[in-house]
Amino acid sequence: MQKEHRNWAADPVLSVEHLTMRFGGLVAVDDLSFDVGRGDITALIGPNGAGKTTVFNCVTGFYKPTEGRITLRRDGTVSTEELAELTRGGNQYRKTDKGSIFLLERMADFRITEIAGVARTFQNIRLFGGMTVLENLLVAQHNELMRASNYTIGGLLGLPGYRRAAEAAKEKAVEWLRRVDLLDRADDPAADLPYGAQRRLEIARALCTNPVLLCLDEPAAGLNPRESAELNTLLKSIRDDHGVSVLLIEHDMGVVMEISDHIIVLDYGKKISDGTASAVRNDPKVIAAYLGVDDEEVEEVERDLHVKPGAATAEGGPQ
Amino acid sequence: MAEPTSAAANRPEGAERLSEDRRDAMRGEPPFVEAPSEDTRLVRSLKEAAITAGLVAVLTIFFFAFRTDIAVGGLQLSLDPMLWITWVAVAFAARFALSYFVFAGERPTVAGWKKVAASTRGWPVGKVFGVVLLLVALTLPILLSVFLPSQNRYLLDLAILILTYVMLGWGLNIVVGLAGLLDLGYVAFYAVGAYSFALLATNFDLGFWVCLPMAGLFAAMWGIVLGFPVLRLRGDYLAIVTLAFGEIIRIVLLNWYEFTGGPNGILGIPKPTLFGLEFSRGEGSFSDFFGLEYSTIQRFVFLYYIILALALLTNFVTMRMRKLPVGRAWEALREDEIACRSLGINTVNVKLTAFATGAMFGGFAGSFFATRQGFISPESFTFIESAIILAIVVLGGLGSQLGVVIASVVMIGGIELLRNLTGLQAIFGAGFDPTQYRMLIFGLAMVLIMVWKPRGLVSTRSPSAVYKEKKVIGADLVAQGEGH
Amino acid sequence: MEYFLQQLINGVTLGSIYGLIAIGYTMVYGIIGMINFAHGEIFMIGSFIALTVFLALAAIGITFLPLVLLLMVIVAMLCTAGWGWTIERVAYRPLRGSFRLAPLITAIGMSIFLQNFVQVTQGARVKPLPPQIQGGITLMDSPSGIVVQISWMQIIIIAMTVALMTAFSLVISKTSLGRQQRACEQDRKMASLLGVNVDRTISLTFVMGAALAAVAGMMYLLYYGVIDFYIGFIAGVKAFTAAVLGGIGSLPGAMLGGLSIGLIETFWSGYFSVEYKDVAAFSILAIVLIFMPSGLLGRPEVEKV
Repeated sequence: MQKEHRNWAADPVLSVEHLTMRFGGLVAVDDLSFDVGRGDITALIGPNGAGKTTVFNCVTGFYKPTEGRITLRRDGTVSTEELAELTRGGNQYRKTDKGSIFLLERMADFRITEIAGVARTFQNIRLFGGMTVLENLLVAQHNELMRASNYTIGGLLGLPGYRRAAEAAKEKAVEWLRRVDLLDRADDPAADLPYGAQRRLEIARALCTNPVLLCLDEPAAGLNPRESAELNTLLKSIRDDHGVSVLLIEHDMGVVMEISDHIIVLDYGKKISDGTASAVRNDPKVIAAYLGVDDEEVEEVERDLHVKPGAATAEGGPQ
Repeated sequence: MAEPTSAAANRPEGAERLSEDRRDAMRGEPPFVEAPSEDTRLVRSLKEAAITAGLVAVLTIFFFAFRTDIAVGGLQLSLDPMLWITWVAVAFAARFALSYFVFAGERPTVAGWKKVAASTRGWPVGKVFGVVLLLVALTLPILLSVFLPSQNRYLLDLAILILTYVMLGWGLNIVVGLAGLLDLGYVAFYAVGAYSFALLATNFDLGFWVCLPMAGLFAAMWGIVLGFPVLRLRGDYLAIVTLAFGEIIRIVLLNWYEFTGGPNGILGIPKPTLFGLEFSRGEGSFSDFFGLEYSTIQRFVFLYYIILALALLTNFVTMRMRKLPVGRAWEALREDEIACRSLGINTVNVKLTAFATGAMFGGFAGSFFATRQGFISPESFTFIESAIILAIVVLGGLGSQLGVVIASVVMIGGIELLRNLTGLQAIFGAGFDPTQYRMLIFGLAMVLIMVWKPRGLVSTRSPSAVYKEKKVIGADLVAQGEGH
Repeated sequence: MEYFLQQLINGVTLGSIYGLIAIGYTMVYGIIGMINFAHGEIFMIGSFIALTVFLALAAIGITFLPLVLLLMVIVAMLCTAGWGWTIERVAYRPLRGSFRLAPLITAIGMSIFLQNFVQVTQGARVKPLPPQIQGGITLMDSPSGIVVQISWMQIIIIAMTVALMTAFSLVISKTSLGRQQRACEQDRKMASLLGVNVDRTISLTFVMGAALAAVAGMMYLLYYGVIDFYIGFIAGVKAFTAAVLGGIGSLPGAMLGGLSIGLIETFWSGYFSVEYKDVAAFSILAIVLIFMPSGLLGRPEVEKV
């Protein structure tokens, strides 16, 4: 394997360490560790029921993990000593001149979006269906606008500071609508949009919260090939033009292989592979998981595929 | 559990499911279909009428044909079979007419109602209508004194009553209509407002205008105190706990004798003054100051303008807040709470502001009620009041300010006017007392209006922010929130 | 101790009545997810019908008590069930599949209508009925003079409740109707695709709930000996509280909730103050829900993201 640039090891924006999530007796995620590189598009893949969405829900605070640490490095560099100190103490996050880190497993879901800068979309789209497309994007800028409206008082009195902020928010929304090609539907209720447009709107709405990390749960599900291609372009531009790191769950391998800088494969709540697209593609463990063969047959599959055993297994494989 | 159709249709779970649901909705029929009958229209109508009459006969025999009354030596049973037979005949005739002429050929009820509901959706004249209503409201005392001088006082009093309900409806609309939290105990805040004003006024000798903001603040505080523990609850659990809180407050008011006067209530609550001018006879009064002849109507006009101003303030603040981030967050909360949290919105705060704002306006209305009556007792704050206010909000159309006005006028005004229908005595005999039937008809009207227009009279939603063109959003797309 | 036992017996009796009404709430909620606010009024109507039947039988000279009671129960159950069916048909079925607040409002409207209907036709004054079943079993006769007694009426109420509950659980778990009800509870659309007559099943749910409420109404009449048109509201709110406390949608929950509310009320009245017994019941409800948001026996709701 060529020595590719392992951005996720060098400069991770998100580090998940020893994450375990149990629901009663069921272990949905089992001692999972991985890093998400800053400025990368990282894909979390795996067969149905592998625990991908559970990982997402833990990262975004909708579930409290049973065990494990989830660290977000929003900006700057923070030493491991500082992180260790934060972990020992009871604080949720630490902000200094040099940088800020957040321990997401300690934070409430809305705080994660508000101050840590993690935004997400949902597997079954959750738009505000009875509100217009524009309103959806304005709701996403709630916290900024709340401050600008002096927590409603200034807004009620119609102070100029709020009016300026409201204009700016609208401009930002319009800009994003232009980017996702929904500007001509700005005044339509979100529930009236076709499915693909709803997906794009949900992504735009998440981006309106100014995230550093965008978590997308199956963004290509239900899209036709043209829409998938558009989505690829959009995600790349989010990464390249806006510097937002993207973590996505996806079943559409076309999308995953084309745009991902880094792929993590889960099966039964455990990580079975972790590496670049080409590395993962050739990992026999992955093939076995996807084709559904027993462990004993893996070698057979490997032989069939003419892959040298172990050559493609990237770091962190479960051995 | 919950209706799969409506719940899913409001939430874009996927294009396929949505279109499937739409298709189902259009068909308006569950897949189970009964075999069509082969009778002719007349026979079928007669059959249906007979069934209805039979049912009415069975149901009402113990209420129309028999009557129990307290007499010497226990209860006595009296018979009145004619009344019973009359009503059974009425039921037969009514059902026959309906079956034969209205439902003609179609399967009854559902299909017919659905069509009516669909054809009247969207109402472009809403804004014009609102402006006209406002103008009428502003000039009402003059209009009344010019056109209906004999009924002036009575109608003005009725207008004050209606406006009180409009204000309460607008206050509750914030909680139920915008934030989507079902509150069955709204009357508690009305009571808190009334009692705080009454207690402050009678104990510390404070006037209406000083107490009004304090009463509002107290009510808002109670909104937060009561809101906080129930925020984790969803749907009907929230409804029952708010109902319980409403009852708790009433029971405490009823039994805390030393503080609230118990069932006797509080007497001698001062009337409001206009910059210190009282509305009474003699020195230093309003009429004296302006050199007018004293008339009781002046006080009514003054009260009317106070409640109008308070109601308009409520409306102004609500409309303004809808366009502010907090109001938009209320509506977003109604649409999807989880999505709200994913966007960094502190839903606890959003719910609390909704509760507190709604409660504050309830408190204002309560103070006004106390000063208008001059006397309050726990009897005025029963669950039925909460139910009436909620009915006004829902019948008007959730989230619609204009709808609340229409519903208040129809329900409160219409029912109140029934008192005057003494002309009906000619038909039903001299013993007929229309006031007795007031609440009976009120209940029936609630059922009928809701069946006729399940989404309320004004069911569309107008967006709070516009890019190019303001489009009205159909009710079928708007969610009703967690509280339902 | 004696006092405690006596309160316990009274509490269980009251709780049985609440439990019977609560079943109607919980079943309707389970199957169509609505609060049937008019259910308390159904209970009230049941007790009025029972009273009228009693007086009518007395008027034509039938005074053999077991026969009278039997006829009262049968007629009250049948006629009240008819009311339940009609209310569902008129006020709820046209709104099926509509949004959730609509049937709640029609339910409140129905409740107001029924209350006033009874008030108009039967008068607003209370209807006292002298106790028909007297005497009881003395369980304890302490030297201090406090007697612990369980009256025949209390025995009848508790026995009747146990019998009805058992019969009812069997209907739900063993019969085809019960299976259809449970299917509708899970997924109405799917059930109808599989040939379940959903409308009929829902109607029958209302009918059964109303019949149980009628029994509760009759027992209330015989136990307290006084009814008026307003008893439905307060009993309805209590019973709904019981249903929610037990975990709405769960039959044993309704019974457990009913018993809890009955016991809380009697003990609170017995040891603290009668005036605040409702406050106690409602406060316990709020506290339980805050810590166990789906009630005592309800299925916990998992938040799906």
